[in-house]
Amino acid sequence: MGAGAAKGSGVTTLVLGALLLGGFVLSFLLGPSHLGAAALLEGLFGGHGAASVIAQQIRLPRAGLAVVVGAALGASGAALQGLFRNPLAEPGVTGVTSSAGLGAVLALYFGLAAVDPWLLPAFAIAGALVSAALLYALSRAGAGAMALVLAGVAIASLATALTALAMSFAQNPYAISEMVLWMMGSLRDRTLADLAFAAPLVAAGIALLLTASRGLDALTLGEDAAHSLGVDVASVRGRVVLGVALATGAATAAAGAVSFVGLVVPHVLRRFYGYEPSRLILPSALGGAVLTTAADVLVRLIAPDGQLLLGVVTAMLGAPFFLVLILRLRRDA
Amino acid sequence: MSAVAFDGVGAAYGARLVLDGVGAAFRAGAVTGIVGPNGAGKTTLLRVALGLLKPSAGTVLVLGKPPAAWSREGLAKAIAYLPQGAEAHWPVTARQLVSLGRLPHRAAFAPLSAADAAAAEDALARADAAQFAARRMDELSAGERARVLFARALATGAPVLLADEPAAFLDPAHQLRLMDLLREEAARGAAVAVTLHDLSLASRHCDEILVLKEGCVAASGAPAFALSDAALAAVFGIAVTRMPDGAVVPSRRL
Repeated sequence: MGAGAAKGSGVTTLVLGALLLGGFVLSFLLGPSHLGAAALLEGLFGGHGAASVIAQQIRLPRAGLAVVVGAALGASGAALQGLFRNPLAEPGVTGVTSSAGLGAVLALYFGLAAVDPWLLPAFAIAGALVSAALLYALSRAGAGAMALVLAGVAIASLATALTALAMSFAQNPYAISEMVLWMMGSLRDRTLADLAFAAPLVAAGIALLLTASRGLDALTLGEDAAHSLGVDVASVRGRVVLGVALATGAATAAAGAVSFVGLVVPHVLRRFYGYEPSRLILPSALGGAVLTTAADVLVRLIAPDGQLLLGVVTAMLGAPFFLVLILRLRRDA
Repeated sequence: MSAVAFDGVGAAYGARLVLDGVGAAFRAGAVTGIVGPNGAGKTTLLRVALGLLKPSAGTVLVLGKPPAAWSREGLAKAIAYLPQGAEAHWPVTARQLVSLGRLPHRAAFAPLSAADAAAAEDALARADAAQFAARRMDELSAGERARVLFARALATGAPVLLADEPAAFLDPAHQLRLMDLLREEAARGAAVAVTLHDLSLASRHCDEILVLKEGCVAASGAPAFALSDAALAAVFGIAVTRMPDGAVVPSRRL
């Protein structure tokens, strides 16, 4: 701990905050219509004309969702790494991301998304909650951290297989391209309704994760010692699983499967905030928001025509990082 | 009075019976040494007292109440526990790790109070670990980490202290220092129970000895009695050489 680390973490928080603000403004100003900043800002707060439609219906939801989605993934990753006491854990290992994706793909497959725009996110959330409920039941039945990881991997494989099945049988080429969009993650063509739907669920999920933070710290000593310190280890596991399902499920419902943010962000921030899991959850939410916003800006700078997907960029940045991380861990061990 | 009392306690992992009809007591103000061969049930006995394992038979009383009758926080304040082979799963600093020992005393979401910080510093100093309080756990040697982890258990300041093989990894000087610390805790009024493999540490530094074999109490009482030649021959199958200062050195297998 010490004053030095606290000061370093304070500076890091300021830098991340500034980056987020800058990224958000850049994200808001970036798009195919050649409207100036002044016109867009006027449109954001005024009620008429093309500028207001673009500012309020297109730019604001996209910039806002990048923040919300990134925060959900970053906080979920930090909490899961604490729970599993493993820096390689991320929301994907719980199967929540794949299950939410499966929910979205099923809504598209059965054409429900066209019936009511709320059905697609509702299906995605339902998918996330089903996998979370399975994991929660397992943890209540006494399954340890290792069993939860294995169960998560099994759930993810099953959800991925069912998603592939739905895509093979889909008749409608439009539906297939929509499904791909969901599997790779994208913030294109999001509406204020998506933002209004995702933000409260993500906030609730992160709040639930924060209630588990002290228990996660105690787990640094192992499960028996944590128990002897008065921590209800099963309840901590349950709260993390549900919190991740809410936050990551809502994020996936809004943006599809955006990979690697939850893995990379807590790992990078650990050197600034220290290794205690409780100190990492909120900073990781902030860092995830910065990374996702930056990636979404990058996506639009590289391919203004919208052909590049957000999940592709985060995976292309994240996968090499993941490999280096594994090599480093091997060397340390 | 006995702070922890076991009466006819049985315990099982699945179908395998690990403890069978154990009667024992950890007295307040005394250091109880628990010895026995590998797999004798020493760790299981501690886990039953902590409520980590429900006894399949008999009763356990911690300060007069069974573990299940305690609130989580209440039991956590009553018993400090140092698990066997304890490790830190994240390379937090030694000070952060020891502060975890104060968790039972902290209200939900409350930061570490000045009193908590002082208790952590005091525990670090007593475990002779204050000089690396700011260092990360992965930068310390196994013996240094063991001292920090022991300080974590001290920091709780509980009336019962259960330590599972705390002497492993420690150099001879720190083994003796550890036993002094356990004696200090007992002098403070705590009931201290410690599992040991070193018979000399057990005989010279413990007030009472509990010898377990295959889940049963093979001998108990004062060290001279519980660690008699006959008891050691029956439990470990060894002969020992006894030093004038009370040290007990295994000399050969029988």
